Amino acid sequence: MTYNSIVLVKQVPDTANISGDVMKPDGTVNRAKLPAIFNPEDKVALELALQVKDQYGGKVTAVTMGPPKAAELLKECLYMGADEVVLVTDRKFAGADTLATSYVLNKVIEKIGNYDIVFAGRQAIDGDTAQVGPQTAEKLGLPQITYAEKILELNNGKIKVQRLIDGGYEILASKLPALLTVIKEASVPRPFAAKRVMAFKNYVPRHLTTEDLDVDLERCGLFGSPTKVYNIESVVLSAGDHENVEPSKEGLGQLIDKLMNDHIFG
Amino acid sequence: MNKLSHEVWVYIEKKQNNIADVSLELLSKGRKLADKLNGTLKSVIIGHDLERLAKETFNYGAEEAIVVDHVDLKEYKTMPYSRVFSELVKKHQPRIVLFGATFIGRDIAPRVASNTLSGLTADCTDLQISDVSYMKKEYPKLLLQIRPAFGGNIVATIITPDNPVQMASVREGVMQMVPLAKPVNGKISKVPYQAEEIDKVIEIIERHQEECKVNLKCAPIIVAGGYGMGSKENFKLLKELADLIGGEIAGSRAAVDAGFVEHERQVGQTGVTVRPKLYIAAGISGAIQHRAGMDESNKIIAINSDPDAPIFGVCHYKILGNAMEIIPAFIEAYKNKLK
Ligand SMILES: Cc1cc2nc3c(=O)[nH]c(=O)nc-3n(C[C@H](O)[C@H](O)[C@H](O)COP(=O)(O)OP(=O)(O)OC[C@H]3O[C@@H](n4cnc5c(N)ncnc54)[C@H](O)[C@@H]3O)c2cc1C
Ligand SMILES: Nc1ncnc2c1ncn2[C@@H]1O[C@H](COP(=O)(O)O)[C@@H](O)[C@H]1O
Repeated sequence: MTYNSIVLVKQVPDTANISGDVMKPDGTVNRAKLPAIFNPEDKVALELALQVKDQYGGKVTAVTMGPPKAAELLKECLYMGADEVVLVTDRKFAGADTLATSYVLNKVIEKIGNYDIVFAGRQAIDGDTAQVGPQTAEKLGLPQITYAEKILELNNGKIKVQRLIDGGYEILASKLPALLTVIKEASVPRPFAAKRVMAFKNYVPRHLTTEDLDVDLERCGLFGSPTKVYNIESVVLSAGDHENVEPSKEGLGQLIDKLMNDHIFG
Repeated sequence: MNKLSHEVWVYIEKKQNNIADVSLELLSKGRKLADKLNGTLKSVIIGHDLERLAKETFNYGAEEAIVVDHVDLKEYKTMPYSRVFSELVKKHQPRIVLFGATFIGRDIAPRVASNTLSGLTADCTDLQISDVSYMKKEYPKLLLQIRPAFGGNIVATIITPDNPVQMASVREGVMQMVPLAKPVNGKISKVPYQAEEIDKVIEIIERHQEECKVNLKCAPIIVAGGYGMGSKENFKLLKELADLIGGEIAGSRAAVDAGFVEHERQVGQTGVTVRPKLYIAAGISGAIQHRAGMDESNKIIAINSDPDAPIFGVCHYKILGNAMEIIPAFIEAYKNKLK
């Protein structure tokens, strides 16, 4: 039996490497200055989908919702081995929170159809919410397995998955179709295949807009998002009232005395 | 708009046979929010054999425990739990619902929000009630959901202005747990459970869970290292110091990612929040996500070779220099005092 997968991937600003000049004086972020990367856990999710395909056969479709620039990400999916890619892009989708995002993704997944497993990353590093996967599963009426770290078995329309839990792990078996959110430790994404890079270098991914999808515009984008950003403050550090301690024998000795007097030590 | 409810709900998570700390912390916070709303605080517990737990929530200010008790619900399972909880939310439309941002909370909360079309803000570091004017409209007593965003370079306040239900998740240790001097004489409301087909699509085959051996939250002294420690080998210096002064070691995310220290010892927004008597930060730059987990420590010593490291903005004692020299010198000096 073969299994078809849909993988939800997102292009994210590389928040780990933010430098000062990325912040505008008004405290907002200058996105143009941030390098955009493949959300790390989504890449692992794609890797798992490709492994399922390698072992059982089937098709892997990668989907992203984002600005036209996110097409770069989809090309990387093709380089890794995805069979099809879909770019969901429309001004009307902009400003979506996780609820509005999951609404659109669920419509896209329905449109693609004929899937057994939907893969998502556990969370995207820009927001770190880990909400879009489960919210999409709920909308599709699918069971979910979050924090998936290993697919143990696929058999007879059932999937057995090891997932991380507080202080350990558990093994769950779910009927398919199901949605999995994948953690970074699950696998190491394969490198791009040179042949595929050549083949898809100038590929233009298929676009879907509001016109192609059966969506209620009131539930899309900023308008369809119940949560709104009310205020943003850039984090300005206070100078702080600290005491300077000389890294010398005397300096450290005095500090230790103080902490002993405060009953922190001893 | 219909009249809005004044109820604050806390989803009660179980850990072993007790209530998870994070849920008690949220009840304490929820109590304050409910007072601001002139509303009521309710705990919601799904599971089996819940009487004792339900009563426990009255010690933290819940006036009512909504209990869904059934043998089939003994263990947490996504499908029945989220379905049952969604139905409760739809029926009662509480004004605020709080979840722990735990493995379970992050599994159930988004499904409930999606089902009930509620706004949900993840990993809040603070929650307040305030009148808000937004887009030329006035909104009395909205929930301000405050969280760091964008690599911690900004702090965002999120609101859910036009929805009856506002949902938020909060990590363990962020809010303070405050048992009441006199428990509330609360009431237990039982809601029957009716199984549905979908509740059974996922089976638990096996579960391995150990009680967490490291208890950073209770450690009086924490010696934390960051990426600036350079290697796992150098982390041994921290361990030596921690053993000497009676502390636990911990790390920043960068140190955890680099494999210098175990994941369960990560301090910060996506790790543990700690408030020890003494926090020593060595080779930690002090990104906001890290500070969010330690800046309420009683005393903070920061050791860093960069005079402009943000960690110096929150510390009490600043030691500028190379941690690989300062830590051994500190150990030496301490040993001399003991002589
Ligand atoms: C959504 C999100 C959530 C996050 N959650 C967390 C979290 O929970 N916890 C967390 O810690 N981080 C978290 N982070 C990451 C955080 O933004 C920082 O990247 C991280 O805290 C940096 O770790 P660090 O200070 O050890 O490393 P670095 O930023 O690389 O800093 C190393 C420091 O060591 C100093 N140094 C170097 N050599 C020496 C030496 N020989 N002696 C003394 N000092 C030296 C340097 O001056 C520098 O200040 C999160 C990030 C995001 C985007
Ligand atoms: N715009 C998007 N397009 C496609 N997938 C997304 C999008 N946003 C989030 N996801 C998926 O949902 C996961 C969780 O995202 P988040 O809830 O933002 O942390 C990500 O790892 C992706 O797999």
